[in-house]
Amino acid sequence: MPTKTIAGKTVEVDAEGFLVNPDDWNEDIAKELAKEEGINELTEMHWKVIHFMRQDYKERGQIPTIRRIKNAGGVPVQDLYKLFPDGPAKKAAKIAGLSKPQGCV
Amino acid sequence: MASETLTKEATQKKDEKETLKKVSIVISRGTLEGVYPGLIMANGARMEGIEANIFFTFFGLNAIHKKKMKKIKVDTVGNPALGIPPIVGIIPGLNRMVTKMFIKEMDKLDIPPIDEFLEMIAATGAKMYACKAAMDMFHYKREDLIDEVADVLTVGQFYEVAAGGEIIFT
Repeated sequence: MPTKTIAGKTVEVDAEGFLVNPDDWNEDIAKELAKEEGINELTEMHWKVIHFMRQDYKERGQIPTIRRIKNAGGVPVQDLYKLFPDGPAKKAAKIAGLSKPQGCV
Repeated sequence: MASETLTKEATQKKDEKETLKKVSIVISRGTLEGVYPGLIMANGARMEGIEANIFFTFFGLNAIHKKKMKKIKVDTVGNPALGIPPIVGIIPGLNRMVTKMFIKEMDKLDIPPIDEFLEMIAATGAKMYACKAAMDMFHYKREDLIDEVADVLTVGQFYEVAAGGEIIFT
């Protein structure tokens, strides 16, 4: 696995830049990854999604789908597409330090 | 000279990863297995940042019909892929049971029921359209359809909406 230095920390990433170990993640890394995805500033709503995804992953061992973020996380789909344009599931997972979602929905 | 330029262009194109920009998906069938693939593909397109339209025609209209959408079922008659003997497929209530099973399995994968899925897809910014010819044929009115439907289009208007993208017929 290649490594990459993000926000001063050297971490393992996959070919598409997703963190390999979710535990390597911190909020500074999230801010850097967000910039790479074209999101210059993470707002309170972004953090709500990110923290929900990490918490849910920790509890269930699965990266939450958009439907789960909507139903269990309480973030409407429309907002998710505004917060993480052009691919909310993938982008949010990446910024949250999780691996690439493998589901079809 | 011309061929040199062409080769250069071809090489450049090869280096760039090709991406789809827009898809327009036609849903023409009114069974559960006829409706879901198109919905999943449209939703999946939006998840990849691809612009998406859905055009509901013929029995596909049932999916956006306020009353009929709740009655959509798996076809158990004449569907050898189900792996049950053809004669069994006609047993009353069987299709309801099979449908229930499918919906349960899909829910495990976080694939929502049709009504919730349509709401979600509309929220992604995908546009949903109904076919005018099919609406006329079934004597459906605009108000019979769910609010998420953007418009009722003729086939010509559909091609205008689909211009510049891929069309997928299901």
